[in-house]
Amino acid sequence: MTLLDTHIGLLEALRSAGLSVSLAEGLDAIAALERIGWHEREVVRTAYAATVVKKQSQRVTFDAIFDLYYPRLVGEGVAGDPDGSASAEEQAGGVRDNAAALRSFREELAAALETGDDQRVQDLAVEAMARFGAMPGRGPGLSSWSAYTALQRVTPQELVEQLVAGLLRDGADPADAERVAGNRVGAFTRLVEADARRRLAEEKGPEHVADVVVRPTIDRLDFTSARRSDLEEMRREIYPLARRLAVRLTKEQHARRRGALDFRRTVRASLATGGVPMETHHRPKRPHRTELVVLCDVSGSVANFAQFTLLLVYALREQFHKVRAFTFVDQVHEVSHHFTPGGDVVEVMENLAASTAHAARWGRTNYGRAFTTFADEHADALGPRSSLLVLGDARSNYSDLALETLRDLAGSARHAWWLNPEHARHWGTGDSAARAYGEIVPMVECRNLTQLGEFVHDIL
Amino acid sequence: MTSWFANPDDASARLHATGYLADAATATTAYLAGALEKPLLVEGPAGVGKTELAKAVARASGAELVRLQCYEGLDEARALYEWNYKKQLLRIQASGDEGWDETHDDIFTDEFLLTRPLLTAIRRDEPTVLLIDEVDKTDVEVEGLLLEVLSDFQVTIPELGTVTATRRPFVVLTSNATRELSEAVKRRCLFLHLDYPDSEREREIVTSQVPGLSDKVATQLVEVVARLRELELKKAPSIAESVDWARTLIALEIGDLDEEAVRRTLGVVLKHSSDHERAVKELRLAATR
Repeated sequence: MTLLDTHIGLLEALRSAGLSVSLAEGLDAIAALERIGWHEREVVRTAYAATVVKKQSQRVTFDAIFDLYYPRLVGEGVAGDPDGSASAEEQAGGVRDNAAALRSFREELAAALETGDDQRVQDLAVEAMARFGAMPGRGPGLSSWSAYTALQRVTPQELVEQLVAGLLRDGADPADAERVAGNRVGAFTRLVEADARRRLAEEKGPEHVADVVVRPTIDRLDFTSARRSDLEEMRREIYPLARRLAVRLTKEQHARRRGALDFRRTVRASLATGGVPMETHHRPKRPHRTELVVLCDVSGSVANFAQFTLLLVYALREQFHKVRAFTFVDQVHEVSHHFTPGGDVVEVMENLAASTAHAARWGRTNYGRAFTTFADEHADALGPRSSLLVLGDARSNYSDLALETLRDLAGSARHAWWLNPEHARHWGTGDSAARAYGEIVPMVECRNLTQLGEFVHDIL
Repeated sequence: MTSWFANPDDASARLHATGYLADAATATTAYLAGALEKPLLVEGPAGVGKTELAKAVARASGAELVRLQCYEGLDEARALYEWNYKKQLLRIQASGDEGWDETHDDIFTDEFLLTRPLLTAIRRDEPTVLLIDEVDKTDVEVEGLLLEVLSDFQVTIPELGTVTATRRPFVVLTSNATRELSEAVKRRCLFLHLDYPDSEREREIVTSQVPGLSDKVATQLVEVVARLRELELKKAPSIAESVDWARTLIALEIGDLDEEAVRRTLGVVLKHSSDHERAVKELRLAATR
């Protein structure tokens, strides 16, 4: 593959991963590469990043694809075996993976992790894949490297404790030591996974690996398929998102600020110009603020989604007249008091999680009963000036749906919406009552932060 | 035409000499922006040195800095140029019995033109760094106005014709990403995301900005700030705030950043009361305030 092919391949892969790379930007990248040396990989990466990636949220995707097309090393490289002791054995076709090798490797790894030697850890990650991640003898088309196998053999997670003990000996405080140990082992795991991708790309060609390894960026990641670390990252995104939305809303409201003509002030002002109304005056437009009532399903399957939406709604509190939030599984429980102005995100989330217990009596989601209890106990929350927002996947375990109650609730509110975190193609499958409810309350698909942001912007 | 920097290392060294400690990516991108003569769009959280980068480039290359501060409602007259109509009126009155033909040719000349930052930067013959600060604060229409300037380095004035840059300025746009810039603007720029630095570089920055700081306190400070950034805070402390903190410690003559000292001076780096409480809890400081 020539350099140009690699370049074109990289751009194609970026485009299919959703980055909009224009022809001009591709040419810029080539112009930039002409100006810099090729001797350092990070410089090449920077040059590409500067010319081609114009959004920070896409940087993760870019880095993953760049690693495939411009791998850190080819095959074992020279770093795989620094002291050359194993090479003779390997050349002789000897065993690379046995209990003794594993033991000594883990010792080396523990030592490297403890000293925090990044270069050594990187080398060991490559070695781990070479020794323990190979799956020789598989048919063509099947991958012959597995990060999973390597990590199962090496079990770096078990080294955490040892590492903590080592750090404590050096005089770190316990909480710190645990955090550092966790971070380092996590970094090693990621390095091994990256090396597996590199080997696969080398074997099959990067274009085959690119569509598999690239995960959607955090704002397009589904709430229901997010990992724990993703959830934390998403939580950090909530406030910036709320800020962006608020800025956008204020700007749009400014653009629409001119209200009806204020006749009296216009005539008065015209006296200064001899009775000619040079400038018209307008009545300020009263911003319309709704009362929002949020009713959200907090059962296991959709809990994350409900929490994010609640957080976002509360971050935008000043855009609403008043917000009341209720959670339910089969019982309704008011949680408005957890959201104090300027409250701490982590604390709010903990309180919410704790209050889930109040929302469940039998522990099985029952939308029908939730709506009925809501109508009985909190009917006063809904009025002609309030809007109802229901959050949930509408999976009601085949129970009574109480469609009439929901129709009454929706009727008594000014607007009503239903946000569903499932893809629209799953609506109405299995025990999902999305179609039935969707006929009463307009149902909107809301799977990720981008869609959530768009929806909240539209209702304001 | 001399280029701005000879190579990435040169960029790094010269920025360093002006007191701006750039990491490898920043230095390389700054060099590329100069070599390719393309505008540089810098994004990142508040207080990581986006504006400072433009100033440092200006200092490092001995160029003059022309700054356009963007705000909501910024228009052509404030960004590009404006006709000095008062002077034009005077000219018309003073012309007396001169014919209209001579006068109307006369009043649209250089003499009556008030240049604003964008035009100023383009017309200068000496090396110039043009800083377009907080470009995300402007309205979308202003972006359209920037396009001609950013891609061809020229401004079209209907009465005078097109003014083309004799010497292309080094353009830096900064953005806090409160709004997505249009694809058209992004396409014309090189992109750089500045983030919080690693602890090693932050320590260098703090010690170079605050001379009297002892190594021990600097290390402790950087460590605490790094911990704070890992917490879920509404506003993570920026570099500017760590430097402020270092100055505070000097002013209070605190020689050891122990828990007590952290607790007393935390207000310098954390500006939300809920952040404050979270930090006290996470860092296990004695919560007696």
